[in-house]
Amino acid sequence: MTPTLSHLKALEAESIHIMREVVAEFRNPVMLYSVGKDSSVMLHVARKAFYPGPLPFPLLHVDTGYKFKEMYAFRDWYAKEIGARLIVHRNEEAIAQGAHPLKLGVARCCGALKTKALLDALAEGGFDAAMGGARRDEERSRAKERIFSFRDEFGQWDPKNQRPELWDLYNCRIHEGESIRVFPLSNWTEVDVWQYIKLENIPIVPLYYAKERLMVRRGTLLIPADDAGNLKEGEQPEVVMCRFRTLGCSPCTGAVYSTATTIDEIVAEAATATRSERETRIIDHGSNTMEDKKKEGYF
Amino acid sequence: MNSIDQNIFAATDTELLRFTTAGSVDDGKSTLIGRLLVDTKGVFEDQLDAAKRIEAKKGAKGAYLALLTDGLQAEREQGITIDVAYRYFATPKRKFIIADTPGHEQYTRNMVTGASTAHLAVILIDARKGVLTQSRRHTYISRLLGIPHIVVAINKMDLVGYAQETYEKIVRDFLEFYEKLDVTGGDVTFIPISALEGDMVVERGHNMPWYEGPTLLEKLETAPVLVQINAEDFRFPVQLVSRPQTEELHDFRGYMGRIESGSVKVGDAITVLPSGLTSRIKRIITWDGELEEAFAPMSVTLTLEDERDISRGDMIVHTDNPPRVEKELRAMLCWMHETPMVPGKKYLIKHTTTTVKAMVTALEYRVDINTLEHIPAPPELKMNEIGLVNLKLLKPIACDAYEKNRATGGFIVIDDFTNMTVGAGMIR
Ligand SMILES: Nc1nc2c(ncn2[C@@H]2O[C@H](COP(=O)(O)OP(=O)(O)O)[C@@H](O)[C@H]2O)c(=O)[nH]1
Repeated sequence: MTPTLSHLKALEAESIHIMREVVAEFRNPVMLYSVGKDSSVMLHVARKAFYPGPLPFPLLHVDTGYKFKEMYAFRDWYAKEIGARLIVHRNEEAIAQGAHPLKLGVARCCGALKTKALLDALAEGGFDAAMGGARRDEERSRAKERIFSFRDEFGQWDPKNQRPELWDLYNCRIHEGESIRVFPLSNWTEVDVWQYIKLENIPIVPLYYAKERLMVRRGTLLIPADDAGNLKEGEQPEVVMCRFRTLGCSPCTGAVYSTATTIDEIVAEAATATRSERETRIIDHGSNTMEDKKKEGYF
Repeated sequence: MNSIDQNIFAATDTELLRFTTAGSVDDGKSTLIGRLLVDTKGVFEDQLDAAKRIEAKKGAKGAYLALLTDGLQAEREQGITIDVAYRYFATPKRKFIIADTPGHEQYTRNMVTGASTAHLAVILIDARKGVLTQSRRHTYISRLLGIPHIVVAINKMDLVGYAQETYEKIVRDFLEFYEKLDVTGGDVTFIPISALEGDMVVERGHNMPWYEGPTLLEKLETAPVLVQINAEDFRFPVQLVSRPQTEELHDFRGYMGRIESGSVKVGDAITVLPSGLTSRIKRIITWDGELEEAFAPMSVTLTLEDERDISRGDMIVHTDNPPRVEKELRAMLCWMHETPMVPGKKYLIKHTTTTVKAMVTALEYRVDINTLEHIPAPPELKMNEIGLVNLKLLKPIACDAYEKNRATGGFIVIDDFTNMTVGAGMIR
C-alpha cells in the first residue's frame, strides 16, 4: 500500500516547499508577523522548514500602536523565545498626528497606519519578497490571488494581470524595485489553522481563549472597552464572556460570545461556526473593499 | 530513530481532493459551485445573507448561488468570471479545493492553470445545448494536463423536463468525440444535474429516478486521489542546501526539498543528476524527528554518506531508477501571453528547481483544440494555442515524460525580459 499524508501534513509540506522556494530565489525576504493565529502557524511552519538551521529571514511587525496589549507582550516574549530577529515598523508621523479610526474613519486610518506603514517598511528594509499569513478562504478577492503575487514598484496589485501559476512551479523573477508577496498558507482554511495549532501545540495570544472581558455592544459587534478612547459617546461597558476569532487593532476588532477556554473547544467552535471570521473586522465592511485596499498595497 | 510516525498517515476521512470546474459562459458553473458550498454547509451565514441581499436587488431566482463565488469587481462589472479562483469546503469524508476556472474563449490559459494541480475535472454541459466546441476543448485540456478523473455534469436538466433521452444523447455525442482523443488511463463519469434546483449535486432529488449512478458529491468523495502521484520513481529536486554553520552544526550539510514522487529510505543508493555523482542516504531529517523512510509529497532534509558538490537545481534519485537527462526536448506547449511564441526566440524555462535558458528550435504542429486536428509547422503559437515544440536547453535537465510524472515532466516558460510567465510545457 502506498501511504498518503493526512490533510494537515499535506498542507504543511506544501507551505514548507513554498517558503524554501522564497529563500532560495530571493535576495532579501521577510516574513510579516501580525501576532495572530495565522502568523503563528506560518512562523511555526517556517521554523520546521529550515530546521535544523535557524530562520533565514527576519520577522516584520507593522504596528499601528492600537494592537491589544496582550499582543505586544506575546510578540516580544515569543520572538525572544525562538530567537527570531524582529523588526517593528510604525508610521510614527501619522501616530503622532493622532490617527484614530473614530477620527479619520476606518479606511483612511488603515491606509495610513497599515498600508503606508507596510510599503514604507518594505522599502526601507529593501525586501524583495514578503511572506504573509493570508488565506484564500478568508475573503472573496483573496480567493483569486496567486501564492506568489506580483507587486509593481509602487507595491500595487493588478488583479487583471496576474502571472499564471501552474503546478508547484513559482515564477520568482522580478526587476529592481518590484516585489512579490507570498502566501504560504493560501490553501489552509480557518478550521485547518485551528486543528494544526492543536496538533502542533503552537502558543497563541491568550485573547483567542474565552474569558470575562469588559466590552461594549456596537450593533452586532462586541468592542473592547478597556481603553476609553475606543468608546463613542453614551456607550456603556459591560462584562461579557467572549473571545476573539481574529486579532487586529483594538478599536476595530470585535469579539464573539464564546465559552471556549481550551484549544479543543476552539477547534470544535471553528468547525461548527456559522458566521465568517472576518465579520468581526470593521475594515472589511463599507465601500472601500478588501479588493480596493489590496490594489493599493494592503496585505 | 523511529520509523514514520503513525499519525501522519491519513485516516481516509481526511484526504484532500483538488478538482477543477470548466464550462462555457452561462452553463451554470458558478451556480453549481454555490450549490455545492451551500448544500455541504461550506458557506457562512453572513456570506449567504450578503449574496441573498444582492439577489433581492437584482431579482433573478437562484442568483445568490452564483454570487457566492463571484470574486472580483472587474468581473462583476463584466458579468463574467475572468480568472482562476480557489474555493474550499469539507464533508466528513474529505476536504476539497476547487480551482474555479472560466470557460470564456480567451482564457484557455486559466483552465490549464487550474487543471495543473487537479485530481478531477468537472466539465459542465448545458443540457439544452449539448456538446459544444468548448466542451471538447475542456476535455482535451483536462486530459493533456493529466487529470485522471473526468466528470461530465449535464446541467439544467430541469429545463429539458429531466428527460433521460436528452441525457443519453449527450452521453453518446460526448463519447463519440472522446474516443477520438486517443487517450489511455483515466475515467469518465456522466451525471445529470440541476445546479439551480439541486438535483444530483448533493441530494438526489426526485426528478430523475432513471439515473442510478452517483451524485456529484458521491463521486467527489470516492474518486481515488492517489493515482496522481507517481509512487514508484523517487525524485527529489534540491531546493536549498542547508549549511547553518552554527557551533553545534558546524559541518552540517543538508539537502532541503520536497519528494515529488516515490519514496526513499535511509541507506538507499542514490545518484545526483545531472552530474551523475553517487552516494547513499545517511539521514532523513524533519523537525518532528528523523525518519527511516519518507514519501511524496513530504518536504524533508536529506544528508548523504559522502561530501558531494550539490546545489539547488540538482535532482537526487535512486541509482537504479534514474529519469532521462536531456538537453533537447519535445514538449506540448500551451501559450499564455499576448505576444506570440515564435521559433528561434530564447526563453527561460523553470523545471522543478532549475531555471535554464532555452530556445524553441521548431514548432512541429499546432493542435486545433476544437477539431483536434494537427496543423503542421505554423509560424507562431498565439495566446491560448497549444502545439508541439522542440526545445534546445543551455544545460541538461533531469526529467520524465509528463504522462508518467507530472512533477518532473511539467515546466513553465518565462520571458527573460518582462519576467512574465508566458507558457506551460509538458515533456513528451
Ligand atoms: N434552470 C436552470 N438554470 C440554471 C441552472 N444552473 C444555472 N442556471 C442559470 O444559468 C445562468 C448562468 O449561470 P451561472 O452559474 O452564472 O453560469 P456560469 O457563467 O457558468 O458561471 C444563471 O441565470 C443561472 O441561474 C440549472 O440547473 N437550471
